[in-house]
Amino acid sequence: MTSVLEWEATSNPVKENRAGIIGKAVDRYEGPLKVTGTAPYAYEVTPPSPAAYGVMVSATIARGRIAAIDAAAAEASPGVLLVWSHENVPEQGPRPPLYDFFTPFPRPALQSDRVYFFGQQVAVVVADTLENAQAGADLVKVTYEADSQAVDFHAHRHEATEPDSPPEFQLGNREMGDFAAGFAAAPVRIDDVWRTPLQNHCQMEPCAATAWWEGDHLTVHCSVQTVRRNQIALAATLQIPPENVRVLTRYVGGGFGGKSAFYEDTVLASLAARALGRPVKVAFSRQQMMHGTIHRPATEQRVRLGATPDGRLTALSLMTTTHCDRRGFFTEFSSLFVRNLYAAPNRLTGHSVVKLDLPVAGALRAPGEASGTLSLEVAMDELAEKLGIDPVELRIRNEPEADPETGKPFSIRQLVRCMREGAQLFGWDKRNPKPGQVRDGRWMVGLGMAAAIRGNILFPASASFTVDADGVITVRQGMTDIGTGAYTVLAQIAAETLGVPLGDVRVEIGDSELPPAPGSGGQFGAASAGSAALAAGMNLRKAIAELASNDPASPLFGGPAGQVTFQDGVVAIANRSERLADLVRRAAPDGLTAMGEVSPAADSGDWSSHTYGAHYVEVGVDTVTGEVRTRRMLGVFAAGRIINRKTARSQLTGGMIWGVSSALTEGNLVDPRYGSLINQDLAGYMVPVQADIGEVEAIMLDEVDDKANPMGIKGVGELGISGAGAAVANAIYNACGARVRDYPITPDKILAALG
Amino acid sequence: MRPFTYERATDAQAAVKAMAEHPNAKFLAGGTNLLDLMKLEIEHPAHLIDVGRLPLAAIEDTAEGGLRIGAMTTNSHVAADARIRSRYRVLTQAIVAGGSGQLRNKATTGGNLLQRTRCAYFYDTAKPCNKRHPGSGCGALEGLNRNSAIFGASDACIATHPSDMAVALVALDASVETLTPWGEGRRFPVAELHRLPGETPQIETRLAPGELITAVVLPRPPQGGQVYRKVRDRASYAAGLASVAVAGGNLALGAVAHRPWRADKAEAALKSGASPGEAIAAELAGAAQNGRNGFKINLVARLVPAALEEARANGRDA
Ligand SMILES: Cc1cc2nc3c(=O)[nH]c(=O)nc-3n(C[C@H](O)[C@H](O)[C@H](O)COP(=O)(O)OP(=O)(O)OC[C@H]3O[C@@H](n4cnc5c(N)ncnc54)[C@H](O)[C@@H]3O)c2cc1C
Ligand code: SF4
Repeated sequence: MTSVLEWEATSNPVKENRAGIIGKAVDRYEGPLKVTGTAPYAYEVTPPSPAAYGVMVSATIARGRIAAIDAAAAEASPGVLLVWSHENVPEQGPRPPLYDFFTPFPRPALQSDRVYFFGQQVAVVVADTLENAQAGADLVKVTYEADSQAVDFHAHRHEATEPDSPPEFQLGNREMGDFAAGFAAAPVRIDDVWRTPLQNHCQMEPCAATAWWEGDHLTVHCSVQTVRRNQIALAATLQIPPENVRVLTRYVGGGFGGKSAFYEDTVLASLAARALGRPVKVAFSRQQMMHGTIHRPATEQRVRLGATPDGRLTALSLMTTTHCDRRGFFTEFSSLFVRNLYAAPNRLTGHSVVKLDLPVAGALRAPGEASGTLSLEVAMDELAEKLGIDPVELRIRNEPEADPETGKPFSIRQLVRCMREGAQLFGWDKRNPKPGQVRDGRWMVGLGMAAAIRGNILFPASASFTVDADGVITVRQGMTDIGTGAYTVLAQIAAETLGVPLGDVRVEIGDSELPPAPGSGGQFGAASAGSAALAAGMNLRKAIAELASNDPASPLFGGPAGQVTFQDGVVAIANRSERLADLVRRAAPDGLTAMGEVSPAADSGDWSSHTYGAHYVEVGVDTVTGEVRTRRMLGVFAAGRIINRKTARSQLTGGMIWGVSSALTEGNLVDPRYGSLINQDLAGYMVPVQADIGEVEAIMLDEVDDKANPMGIKGVGELGISGAGAAVANAIYNACGARVRDYPITPDKILAALG
Repeated sequence: MRPFTYERATDAQAAVKAMAEHPNAKFLAGGTNLLDLMKLEIEHPAHLIDVGRLPLAAIEDTAEGGLRIGAMTTNSHVAADARIRSRYRVLTQAIVAGGSGQLRNKATTGGNLLQRTRCAYFYDTAKPCNKRHPGSGCGALEGLNRNSAIFGASDACIATHPSDMAVALVALDASVETLTPWGEGRRFPVAELHRLPGETPQIETRLAPGELITAVVLPRPPQGGQVYRKVRDRASYAAGLASVAVAGGNLALGAVAHRPWRADKAEAALKSGASPGEAIAAELAGAAQNGRNGFKINLVARLVPAALEEARANGRDA
């Protein structure tokens, strides 16, 4: 196994960046296809023969059983080919009793008469056209016997217990020093409770699948964030060998954590395609997405801060209570990041979970940090005010020398620099610390800031690189691009590594038959997939160099392979050179392929490695109506080497915008009588629109984290949202003096706080 | 969505005739509301009569110094009309406060008036709703009904009418012109178009079944300034939490009742010299809250004086 010290010490083409392709603002590889509507998403893929269409029927109770299903009318409806429920769906692999969204367990559909949550899929109607399937689905009559249900988080949160997730998740309580004594002894204290609501992903593209069989081999295009794990899970569900299943996901219209695994659409399309002997498409409706896929659960977070009058934290605690479905163990880990953020001798963090009869809880947009910063980073603002210390200065005073709980050295930590540069660029010194002092017409104007932190992970990944007789490099990898820029970043790494122009690189991803990569999520994509790509590129360089030095017809013949350089499509040793295409065409006309892989270094765990940032926000609060509009946002981020300034900036600003919505508009409410969510479409579930967002800018510091991976890059996908909402909340307070600790901060809550 | 038949009407008389001939038929204009409701199984017409291309898409001057707006004019077209922008700015402001650019390009004047409530329980067929399914009960009554009516609600229905345009029309004393299924032309104030829910929230207007809206007529604009203010959870593409249209001395409120709410008590108080705050307090004396929508009373109390002041300033500038 390698060591991070080796990574640190070894140079490579990405680090050297001779052609300057790394770090450039390169346009999206697949952009032209997307904007011309020619990038087929899962549901739009054209199968080899005409497809049938499946429409699912969803449960209308939260807990109980299906007493009867009357499918007669649906079966008799024009064009209907089959109607399945638990009574007649083909056998599938069993779901484990305690169920985890991440592991590739079987995920059977329509398994029994039990209803575990409102909106669970209970039947599917497949017909010759989508319209006939919809008409048929409306004719399926389901009768339920409802059981008593527990769905109201705030009514049941006192029943919360320690999470039953695996111990390595470290979600249980962790105390350092003596928190209770430290807090009691602190001269200045904050002790408040924040609430964050259940949130839905609201991807533009609902989950969907197009499936067909050739013999006993299944091909399924579906909208997922990772292919290999879903190939395994789908094979286990269908009880066939994984090599008989090909999962493809070329383009994904947003994942946000909600598409880590497939849902019933994929299973039912696959089963129905087999039963009917023709391709089948199944999609979730927008309404079905809300209940039928995972969500971020609501949280209640208690923050306690104790400090000395000069602003040193002596006690620090964030305790999270959240909820999960009865068969799962996902825990929104809002307290975890606190263990890495600020110094304090006495510390207490942990989580407790109550199991409810609600849809499945899971990962959504930076699970943990996105919700947790909404409390802690506001509490820090409250503490700063109480102490009469500037919020930036307060954070700087509590900057740790090493990881505050493990004592491990930081791989690199530039949080303070992010805060300082942000403050200067934003004009933070013009902020009046006293709330309610600045007016602009009918608006009260305020400034707020918050720190951002998000972890850094490297997962094992592999890739293959091929050079063909035209000198074109093809990257092949079982990676996904969920709208983030993965295609483009892989093309850049390939171009820089092999010294070819970007136009001479092809990228093929989103296919389970390609060398496996972890996919997209947890901001681990570019680092993991990209490092494997670099390794494959280095191996291909070696193969090309050897080809040249062993080929008597090459001007490089006999030269030391180790000294071959790659630039502008030309291979050279000193002043002996030839075009890469000429070499390959002559010496390896069928092309050359090399594999590469990466896995975490043996000593990766010896460093505390994170991404950091600082958010600055200016809001206006309408003095009459309590409406809030963000006027200006600036984020300054330190996230390792940036491969593509354009796609990275889009990731960061996109995250910041999600931060605005988590502060101001986003969230779903559970009607406790039905166990159902109130907002079921994008008119009711409020994600921000263009008019909500004023100026927004993301700045990326020059940084290299040489201990993170061979390229020194880290992720940016989830950093932008972390802390952004807290900065909005702090700006609201600065504008008008309203502290609303129950998100989202809607006009009614502001008016109530203003009195 | 259920199968349905479709025809395109060529003139208004033919449209109402087709309606009389088909049981369970509906007019289709821009379709921005009706088609959504059909897809969600909330409405299931067996037949659609597309009136979208009827020659009712002009905005004409009337002999009385006002404007006649054809029922098929799109919301975008009306909002952009130079005469409306200069003389009826409250109408332009109200229209552009609604929906999104794409919706306004499709939405028609007639369809906008007849759009149905945005009540979340109305939209979920798994829930009881007297409007969707008379007699099934009102899911919202004891539910998450933050955006429900504070005026004129009943135990059968607490929904609000979501149109912004209609609020401005009521403040402008506009009228609707219709063609009945028996071929008669009618005209009455927009303020009398929508009903309060009472025991029959499924009956939303005083139109006869199959009656076609052909135009909206604006009288000469009232003396004094105009303004439309809408409060919402996000800056665009959101139903109002409350809105107010001021046109001279006329005042109408939106998102507070099952119909645009003409605030005549407040108007009367203003005429007799009350301050804006006192005037809206007189109106709000008749408001009732249900535990979750109480903030609207405070909101309207704050919003209306601010809007009156803005309208007054607009009147001075004009
Ligand atoms: C997501 C979303 C957000 C929206 N937000 C807002 C908002 O903030 N403010 C707002 O005001 N509106 C809003 N709207 C509503 C939008 O304005 C209406 O959908 C639109 O005005 C309806 O017009 P249409 O021509 O498309 O009507 P259609 O959908 O075609 O018809 C609506 C109804 O009117 C009937 N009808 C249509 N024309 C006539 C006629 N001439 N005579 C008799 N009956 C007729 C139809 O039979 C149908 O019942 C929103 C809509 C959506 C989908
Ligand atoms: S308020 Fe009206 S529309 Fe809403 S559920 Fe009740 S009856 Fe239906």
